[in-house]
Amino acid sequence: MKHDFSDLRLDRVTRRFAGAGGHAFAALNELTLTVKRGEFICLLGPSGCGKSTALNCIAGLMQLSGGSIWLDEQRIDTLPPEKRGFGMVFQNYALFPHMTVAKNIGFGLRMRGVRAAEIAPRVAHALKLVQLTGQEHKLPGQLSGGQQQRVAIARAIVIEPPLVLMDEPLSNLDAKLRIETRAEIRRIHKELDRATIYVTHDQDEALSLADRIVVMKDGVVQQIAPPHQVYAQPANLHVARFMGYRNVLELDVVREEGDRVELKGSDIVLTGVRMQPLNGARAALAIRPDEIVVGEGPGGLNTVSARVENVEYGGRDSLLDVVTQSGMLLHVRGPVTTALGDTVRVHVPIERALVYPLD
Amino acid sequence: MTTRTDASPRAKFDPALLLVVPAAAFMLLVFVYPFLNGLVDSFNPKKGGWLANYSHFFSTDNLWPTIWTTLKLALPATLINVGFALPIAYKMRVKSRYQRWITTILVVPITLGTVLIAEGMLTYFGPKGWLAQFLQFFHLYEGSIRLTHNYWGVLISLVISGFPFAFLLILSYITGIDPVLARAASTLGADPKSQFRQIYLPLLAPGLAMCFCLAFVQAFSVFPSAVLLGSPAGPTRVISIAAYEAAFEQYDYSLASAIAMIMGFVQLIIVAAVLGLRNLFYRGPVSGGKG
Amino acid sequence: MVNRNVATAWFDRAWRGLLLGLMTLFVVNIAFMIAAVATSSFAKRWLGTWLPEGWTTTWYTAAWKEFQLDAVLWVTVQVVFAVVALALLIGVPAAYTLARRDFRGKRLLMLLFLLPLMVPPITYGIPLATVLYKLQLAGTIYGVILANLIPAAPFVILVMTPFIEQIDPNLESAARVFGAGTGRMFWHILVPLLGPGILAASLLVLVRTIALFELTFLTAGPDSQTLVVALYYAVFAAGVRAPQSVDAMAMVYMLVTLAWLLIALRFVNPTQLVSRVKEHPQPAA
Repeated sequence: MKHDFSDLRLDRVTRRFAGAGGHAFAALNELTLTVKRGEFICLLGPSGCGKSTALNCIAGLMQLSGGSIWLDEQRIDTLPPEKRGFGMVFQNYALFPHMTVAKNIGFGLRMRGVRAAEIAPRVAHALKLVQLTGQEHKLPGQLSGGQQQRVAIARAIVIEPPLVLMDEPLSNLDAKLRIETRAEIRRIHKELDRATIYVTHDQDEALSLADRIVVMKDGVVQQIAPPHQVYAQPANLHVARFMGYRNVLELDVVREEGDRVELKGSDIVLTGVRMQPLNGARAALAIRPDEIVVGEGPGGLNTVSARVENVEYGGRDSLLDVVTQSGMLLHVRGPVTTALGDTVRVHVPIERALVYPLD
Repeated sequence: MTTRTDASPRAKFDPALLLVVPAAAFMLLVFVYPFLNGLVDSFNPKKGGWLANYSHFFSTDNLWPTIWTTLKLALPATLINVGFALPIAYKMRVKSRYQRWITTILVVPITLGTVLIAEGMLTYFGPKGWLAQFLQFFHLYEGSIRLTHNYWGVLISLVISGFPFAFLLILSYITGIDPVLARAASTLGADPKSQFRQIYLPLLAPGLAMCFCLAFVQAFSVFPSAVLLGSPAGPTRVISIAAYEAAFEQYDYSLASAIAMIMGFVQLIIVAAVLGLRNLFYRGPVSGGKG
Repeated sequence: MVNRNVATAWFDRAWRGLLLGLMTLFVVNIAFMIAAVATSSFAKRWLGTWLPEGWTTTWYTAAWKEFQLDAVLWVTVQVVFAVVALALLIGVPAAYTLARRDFRGKRLLMLLFLLPLMVPPITYGIPLATVLYKLQLAGTIYGVILANLIPAAPFVILVMTPFIEQIDPNLESAARVFGAGTGRMFWHILVPLLGPGILAASLLVLVRTIALFELTFLTAGPDSQTLVVALYYAVFAAGVRAPQSVDAMAMVYMLVTLAWLLIALRFVNPTQLVSRVKEHPQPAA
């Protein structure tokens, strides 16, 4: 079991379950991914998309139905979890309730036959890394949620694994703690200089932590890309919706020119950038609320008139629901001075109006 | 979840507390009172000083050995029951069709009751029963088997009636341990054997102790099997037989109560010893994670 | 490395085989034991051969008359249902209070309730019989019911308390906010939610009481015997009677118990009584 590795390769990893009707469904379908040493990978998607299944398969807690997993040139999907040597942080922490913090953290080292004299300093070092020095003799039941989570992290990293797996570790913390711990996780990852695979349904977490994001839906990979690309150039409509492109308008295709597409609705005409080959007379136009600008567009292009139907004050700006004359609804971020019932002109830059085929 | 007891000087009376009254009153009247009555009675013998019953017990040759006889039956039976129930229940901890079937099948002997088991054993395990014929037919054992009307008969019947109970109880404790703890241990390098020894066993220790005590109580109270399947005059003269004889054959209720008290006391010692051992282990909650 | 894997796999298989073998031995022997009793009850004469010489059902009719099984069955039914009803009546409210409230002396009260389950029936049965005798209740069906109630009520409390703890206390608060007093809250909210628990508890008590020997034995008179005590006397005096009629009676007893057990198992999954933690939903996400 190696401590220095150069990549972890998932090759068409598939996991099927017996479904309700008796036929099998693929919770994970042909996931192919290569993780390089030093990378922080996020598996991102809604419930049921297969991200936790993928993590469990990598850890060895679940058998593969198809495909293989390789650590450099060694095939590891045939190994049981105790032989793979990865560290894992569970969603509910799974701290051993009958062991102290020190014993919990030292457990992995004990299992690997590390000498007692060597265990103590390594545990102390791990505690320092997660800033829990002094809590060695407490039982998990005596710690707060945030502290338990840090013990879980310490337990996973003290064994110096080539790969750390994290299953939605922040989902049970409150908002403030979540942001603080996020920074901690990033810092620890950098210090360890190994690789981390992190599962979450929160796109803000993924954007802030990952070197690359794997967006998944129904067991199938939708996009593998660095955060800025997933954010600005979502590969398909599902990823766009998931990443916050709240405005999705179904319009008729007028014409295509290169990668520009002109679309029209009953009272609007918009031009956007095509992201995928279109498949019919209609298409979907996806726009982020914060990328719709209040005001006249250059040359009056891509501009619509709409009435403000709802205002949500947001401090810096307001989230507005505006409706065009034909009843099309747009979510827009506008100045806090906008009032209910105002008529506004809004426009969207062509490059930020993304066009996808209807699904 | 419980409400905090009100610390204000004029705390309102909680009507819910009344709900315990019928049960508590019943227990006090029908259980505690007769029991205390019996205790007092035992110090009130037909003749002699206040300890006469007890000294009589410990000096009579067909009385005081009953303690040892009963222990000789109850302790091995309990060890067998708990000792086999643990590994089997451990294998059954994953919910599956097997689990449901096996639990169902094992619940049946519990319901049969000691008397039916005794009668069945006399027929089946008897010298002319099917088991004897089976062994002779396959030349596995030529002599006549002596499994009834002796120590072994009673022991076997204790295992038949006690094992399912121990099994179900241990199974309930094992399934109360969150399986994610074993998964976490495996990612840290613990093979299945270590998972059992380091995770399950310490967390099970309290439940095992409780199971042992309950199973022991059941075995120690053996009565109809000892009469029907054993030889109540000799090797399987258990203490409950002595108590029964004193009450219903000699009509000496005082002595009977004394014997009953001794019986309860011996049992209490064993239970206290086991529970004392248990305190060496962990006694907290058995789920892992957010406290 | 490979050799170790093979060795552990083999050991694991052997261990599993051993356990399976023991279980099978256990179950098979019990099954045959029951079958032996059944066969004997239908046998004309059966002396040391594989199967009896002839078959008959006369033993059943003989046993019915001889042991007055109809009267005994009726007594058993009365006792069992009375015990179940009373145990629920006093046990469920007590379980509620123990599950929901903290108060001084709660531990003592819990000990009081658990004591009958830890003390051998003979130990409290004999003093109880003495007291009943003084009250002239000994030998009557009321005495038998009282005696059997002693282990039954704590059992109900033991089974119901975790059930009640599982119910969200906010439900009770909600009911109160919407105007229900304790009585109505109990009836409309708690009892329906506790249905499965109550059913489980009553079926368990029922099955246990049918089989409970010592207490009835100590307190019953000739016309207040339950089935199991009558069976004991029949076996005990078996030297005088033909063993087959005793076997016939044993079969009747077993069928009664088995019938209730099967009914119980339709409503209660034994693993429900046994499983405490919901297995982690197989991660499909």
